[in-house]
Amino acid sequence: MRYLLHRLTQAVFLLIGASLLTFLFSTLAPGNYFDEMRLNPQISPETVTALRAQYQLDRPLPVRYARWVRSLLRGEMGFSFSYNTPVAPLLWVRARNTLLLTVFATLFAWALALPLGIWSATTLGRAPDRALSWATAALLVIPDLVLALGLLILAVRSGWFPTGGMASVGFENFSRFQQFRDVASHMELPVIALVLSALPILVRHVRAAVAEVLEAPFLRTAASHGIRRSRLLYRYALRAAANPLISLFGFSVGALLSGSLLVEVVMSWPGLGPLLLEAILARDLYVVIGGVLFSTMFLVLGNFLADLLVYWADPRIRTRTAAQ
Amino acid sequence: MERRLAPHPDMTPLLQVQDLHVAYTSRAGKKSLALAGVSFDVHPGETLGVLGESGSGKSTLAASLLRLLPKNGKIQKGVVQFEGQDLLQAEPRTLQRIRGARIALICQEPSLALHPMLRVGEQISDVLAAHESLYRGALRQKTLQLLAEVFPEDPARIAESYPHQLSGGQQQRVLIAQAIACGPALIVADEPTAFLDPTTQQDILGLFRTLRKKFDLSLVLITHNPALLAGLADRVLVLYAGRVAEIGPTEKVLMLPHHPYTRALLRSMPARLDEPAKERKSRLPVIPGEAMDLEVFADGCRFETRCADRMDLCTKREPAAVAVDETHAVSCFKYGG
Amino acid sequence: MEELLKVENLEKHYQGARVPGTKKEVTALRGVSFSICARSTLALVGESGSGKSTLALCIACLERPTSGSIIFRGEEIAARPEEEQRGVRPKIQLVFQDPARSLNPRFSALEIVTEPLLVQGRSNKREREDKARALLAQVGIPQQKALHKADEFSGGQRQRLAIARALALEPKLLILDEALSALDCSVQAQISNLLLELQSLLGLTYLFITHDLAMAGHLADEIAVMEQGKIVELGPVEKVLRSPEQKVTQRLIMATPRLTDAADGLVVA
Repeated sequence: MRYLLHRLTQAVFLLIGASLLTFLFSTLAPGNYFDEMRLNPQISPETVTALRAQYQLDRPLPVRYARWVRSLLRGEMGFSFSYNTPVAPLLWVRARNTLLLTVFATLFAWALALPLGIWSATTLGRAPDRALSWATAALLVIPDLVLALGLLILAVRSGWFPTGGMASVGFENFSRFQQFRDVASHMELPVIALVLSALPILVRHVRAAVAEVLEAPFLRTAASHGIRRSRLLYRYALRAAANPLISLFGFSVGALLSGSLLVEVVMSWPGLGPLLLEAILARDLYVVIGGVLFSTMFLVLGNFLADLLVYWADPRIRTRTAAQ
Repeated sequence: MERRLAPHPDMTPLLQVQDLHVAYTSRAGKKSLALAGVSFDVHPGETLGVLGESGSGKSTLAASLLRLLPKNGKIQKGVVQFEGQDLLQAEPRTLQRIRGARIALICQEPSLALHPMLRVGEQISDVLAAHESLYRGALRQKTLQLLAEVFPEDPARIAESYPHQLSGGQQQRVLIAQAIACGPALIVADEPTAFLDPTTQQDILGLFRTLRKKFDLSLVLITHNPALLAGLADRVLVLYAGRVAEIGPTEKVLMLPHHPYTRALLRSMPARLDEPAKERKSRLPVIPGEAMDLEVFADGCRFETRCADRMDLCTKREPAAVAVDETHAVSCFKYGG
Repeated sequence: MEELLKVENLEKHYQGARVPGTKKEVTALRGVSFSICARSTLALVGESGSGKSTLALCIACLERPTSGSIIFRGEEIAARPEEEQRGVRPKIQLVFQDPARSLNPRFSALEIVTEPLLVQGRSNKREREDKARALLAQVGIPQQKALHKADEFSGGQRQRLAIARALALEPKLLILDEALSALDCSVQAQISNLLLELQSLLGLTYLFITHDLAMAGHLADEIAVMEQGKIVELGPVEKVLRSPEQKVTQRLIMATPRLTDAADGLVVA
């Protein structure tokens, strides 16, 4: 228990640190939203100054940070200059869209990686394992950008998938069911891209973890007791291999909000990624900070989840910390 | 005190190993012969000690009986006759039914032999569940009974513990509980007291004595320390470089050894605990050279290069087993063959 | 006989566990006192957990005792600050039980033996290599194997390597912590002979920690029996093994298996 509390405290500190750093970097980055306006001859300098004062960009740094933290605790995340709306609702919508993609992609990727990795490990060195190694190596070598673009070209050429965006024209007029199907079909391509880019690493990790366990003495001992092969694999082997895989799963969860930026941008999926990109380019300060903070929160949560799961799964950690 | 068991010549052996050959292939593709024609019997109710140092093939022997060799090991030929069938030719289903239930193997290093994330009680229940169809309650009860056989106190607490919470001696007892779980006829124990301190060692050996009498077990006890076999084994088999050097009743092999290797081995140990001053801190007579490289396939006797009594004949061919008397056989040209 | 090492009232407490509420303290050593004469061997026996290894670590300056003194060659070393201890450490060396774990398997034999010379910043490369080769010869490792990696050696050879490494800095006291326990019987004899040879050749003093009473009886001049952090019996090895006074010692002697058990033709129940 102490272990978990310890980890939780760490997580909180991490979040505070992340928010501070993000705030610092964003505000210290050269330029701000109003620089562009200043260059515009049609807008008078006084207007710019007035706007700056309105958005309190002329106050000293610590003051701005304090105000921001206060509003954060109230549930507000500042104001977007580009969109002219509060940041929080904007982020929620975009985050939801991103999660739609990444949750499915993560689930599929793991659902595929586990059996493939186990198969690879149980046939180590033989044909299936070698074939899989080649395939994963090939996928790893292809840069994500090339992969996404390649899929897009495939979609365009073949017409099998909708090419970008989240909804077709005339979406508002669809029935509930049709809307559902429409979004689902738009999700296909980005999810495929995400799964293909995540799969090789997952498969290799599963393979490595399971292969190592298959060589372990306790597995030979269990076999010597006449325990059936299937039981050996699931109850004995996988359980022992779980540790590194659980940590990896935690990272997968952590990357739910941050891993899909490239794919979203390429395929015009209205998620957090494109929003963040725009906001950085436009110096839309509070959107950037909000977005980064959101992603960081997920990362920290993911790590904490991994800690929790490992604590639950591995009795050695549980009892060691209790004995300590 | 109990009389040592003398095998009746008419009794059918429980286990008959004939001409067992096992080879390993290294990563580089080199082959090494770990067992080169091992033959012996184990009679019902007897304890056979297998005396072997590193490189003798003792662990290979234990693993081959149940066909549990690692991937790069192969049984090239031989027969392992047990309860009416040849284990080396048996179907996987049959083998799975024999493993743990009729022949139980206790591996080296108990800390590695138990699953780190399962409770000890569960690991024992798993062995029971693999061979007997019992419902949950009966499984639990039997597990506690088994633990009570090997632990003098508090079996319930042990059942709830994880392996890393137990000491080396306790872990060894758990392995023993797993071994006797399904009432096997034969238990093969590979270095069961390695790394344990003397009093724990004595306790474990005492446990073996109690259990073998109680459950009418046959034991094959594998170790590199002859002293451990002195008080426990009925017969001793001396293994050197994958071959049987000598086999016979314990007192004959350990007190009147015939094979040059056995003699040299026993001479290299300090004779008594309380050596007189002039023997103390003296040079012990050692076996010259190192254990043989098993990748080399020579024609003659494998001990020849280190043997004090070597003859020309020793490089030409392998010595066959020669009966020194009714119960004692030696594989050495000094005695014929 | 000159006293090489004198330990007086050594105590070692470990501040245990962060269990909420309690402050668990583990006492590993309670008032341990003994001395070892130069060029002699003291065997330290006892069950697991009796404090033997902790004692070894304290003497080797790898652990700081809570109180008490360790006097090595007439000088107190336990209370000294870190930097000063560095001068003493080369003179007291440790050889551990498991050569597979105390030697880096990817290093060659030569590298393993030259490493301490390197760390201590002595001489140049040529001299170091010569010295290492001489040491390897002294422990019986053939020259053609000098460049073999550690994992290519057998258990006995690795232990020879560990001894060679320990000798690199010309120590006066060698602490052998279960150094023979993981070896086969015939190999134990070889290493035992080597240790005796080195002792008379180099004038070494040994602290031989073991639970093998037979080897202790063979190699040692004096024997100390530990139980729960204290030395309960100490004396010349013949006397202690022939007429042990303490229950602990008697138990240990009874528990040692003997070849002569076979002579009866009877299985002792």
